[in-house]
Amino acid sequence: MRWKTETYTGWGRALTATGEIARPERASALAALMGSTPSPAIGKCRSYGDACLNDNGRVVDMTRMDRVLSFDDKTGLIEVEAGLQVGEISRLYAPQGWLPAVMPGTGFATVGGCIANDVHGKNHHGLGSFGQHVTQIVLNQNGKEVTITPKNAGLWKATIGGLGQTGIIVRATLQMIACKGDVMMVTERRVDGWDEFLSVLDDSKATYTVGWIDATAKGDALGRGILEEGETGAGLLPKQKASKKVPFNAPHFALSKPIVKAFNNAYYRRVPDSGRTSVKPINDFFFPLDRIHDWNKLYGKRGFHQFQCVVPIDRADQLRAMLEMIANSGLASPLAVLKRMGPGRAGYLSFPMEGYTLAVDFPNRSAAQLLISKLEEMTEEAGGRLYLAKDALARPNRMKAMYPEWKDWLKVVKKADPEGALETDMTRRLELRSA
Amino acid sequence: MTDTWIILGATSSMARAFARKLAEEGATLYLAGRDMADLEASASDCKARGAADAHAVLFDARKPDTFAPILDQMGGEEGMLNAAVFVGSMPEQSEIDENPSLIDGTVIDSFTGPARFLQMLAPMMEERGGGTVVGVGSVAGDRGRVGNYVYGAAKAGFHTYLSGLRNRLTRSGGHVVTVKPGFVDTAMTWGIEGMFLVASPDQVAADLLKAVRKKRNVIYTPFFWRYIMLIIRSVPEPIFKKLSI
Repeated sequence: MRWKTETYTGWGRALTATGEIARPERASALAALMGSTPSPAIGKCRSYGDACLNDNGRVVDMTRMDRVLSFDDKTGLIEVEAGLQVGEISRLYAPQGWLPAVMPGTGFATVGGCIANDVHGKNHHGLGSFGQHVTQIVLNQNGKEVTITPKNAGLWKATIGGLGQTGIIVRATLQMIACKGDVMMVTERRVDGWDEFLSVLDDSKATYTVGWIDATAKGDALGRGILEEGETGAGLLPKQKASKKVPFNAPHFALSKPIVKAFNNAYYRRVPDSGRTSVKPINDFFFPLDRIHDWNKLYGKRGFHQFQCVVPIDRADQLRAMLEMIANSGLASPLAVLKRMGPGRAGYLSFPMEGYTLAVDFPNRSAAQLLISKLEEMTEEAGGRLYLAKDALARPNRMKAMYPEWKDWLKVVKKADPEGALETDMTRRLELRSA
Repeated sequence: MTDTWIILGATSSMARAFARKLAEEGATLYLAGRDMADLEASASDCKARGAADAHAVLFDARKPDTFAPILDQMGGEEGMLNAAVFVGSMPEQSEIDENPSLIDGTVIDSFTGPARFLQMLAPMMEERGGGTVVGVGSVAGDRGRVGNYVYGAAKAGFHTYLSGLRNRLTRSGGHVVTVKPGFVDTAMTWGIEGMFLVASPDQVAADLLKAVRKKRNVIYTPFFWRYIMLIIRSVPEPIFKKLSI
């Protein structure tokens, strides 16, 4: 297997790594590779920080291992190679009435990445996290294939959401859910402010619910935004226009305060006061930004950070205080999301907890880093937690304190990968592999 | 499309991408190569993507006795028979310099093996009065260069063979597309220095399918390689022989 030396980044592009990458196309090549030089796996590098980086080390790019190995149209069980992208599964099977139970915010995420970060989607309040719908995983541990199911309690829970530290995820079996077809009925309505936002999120009866929030609005307008609710349906839609691509790094003023404010205002008013219901292709609803390839370049060459936290329901006051601080800072970008989360989670290091989750993007500047550090402190104080798939800045002790089952995870990981061959920049930065 | 396609060298990423596109159109597929476990996985993938059927079959360019059983099996299919050839091998020129016997294998893998298979398939296609052969050659076959002239020579031979086969099959309603890819992002080119304007296997597969539909004779993929090669071919030999491009 040939290794290619490259400099690569997570989706936020604020952190980079330089190292050797192998990209096996066949199971036999992967097995040989893991037997001789076990290395952590990466997929489409859609995690924002350093979960997918291994500076000065080696990684295995899994994106060419992307086949559907079996599909049962009676039960919706599908076995796939770990490099298959989740948007490809919905493209293939939604027209036949099956959908991955959990769809993350980008269809480019690979199944392996979805498992290793135990991702969630717009239906977390109903169906929980991605890992809760995985029925079997085949791991490669130091060249040896090991098949695990939820019965392997410890290893299972350390693998799901476990940042790839128990072995490379080679294949997985997913239980899909039935859907009516590949179009989406989407209802959008304006929400005037914070309190109303919480109550509409609490009351939403929709299968898929997400809130876009204007993180620049202050005073009475604080917390205003748009509530989006979706249901799958069957129907016909006109042919899609081709997706667009951001060709180069945008200049730093592209997301400056006046531009973001003007954009957010227009975005808010785009939805009529009375609300509206429209029909969209399914992948457009789940992955709205995927139609603009490389949109992360809009943040310029310094990149950006996404702050995402979840706080318990009874600490919504803290989340409001955080949003206020963000709005007053004037540092936020248009990408800000508020969601109600259910309790569903499948691994020791899974992010979800019953509560509200807020995600906001910030261009990578020192002022934003300071703000994020303050937001992290407030999250910890409220008994909430940060999302490892988004994190690039947190300190070890804070992160470990937010994940009470971290020690259980560590115990399993030490056994699964005693040499530490699968460590990444993230596990080193957060000292996750040392007690 | 209820056509049957045999894909020779189906474990390559270009072939995989092409087979997937055919699968989504409902073709019956024979995926031929040596790594049976990998071919079985690809066959499942093609069936899951809509292929009428997909079979993994053992094909080794260097073992001609593997050819007849495949052709027998394909003979049982209804409709037109089509073939796409992705096989080939490219040892480093320096390895060949040390061990000239490697030339034989390179020529069999890249030219005579698949040509012999196509020669056996041609009468079956003629009998049915149609079908398409897609032969993947290489821009390396357009002019011998110091870096990989053995591989280039084998591919040049294959190009000429395809040209003749086109001349023959066209009389019975069949067609042959000669494909000359530039650099493609595959396991073969992964990590090799000096790659530029690299195309994805998916782009190449889309070009191939379009060429089949439009009955193109010779295509370069991506298209701009036609102009790059036009320039390279038109450099006068007295100058060219001193270059190392």
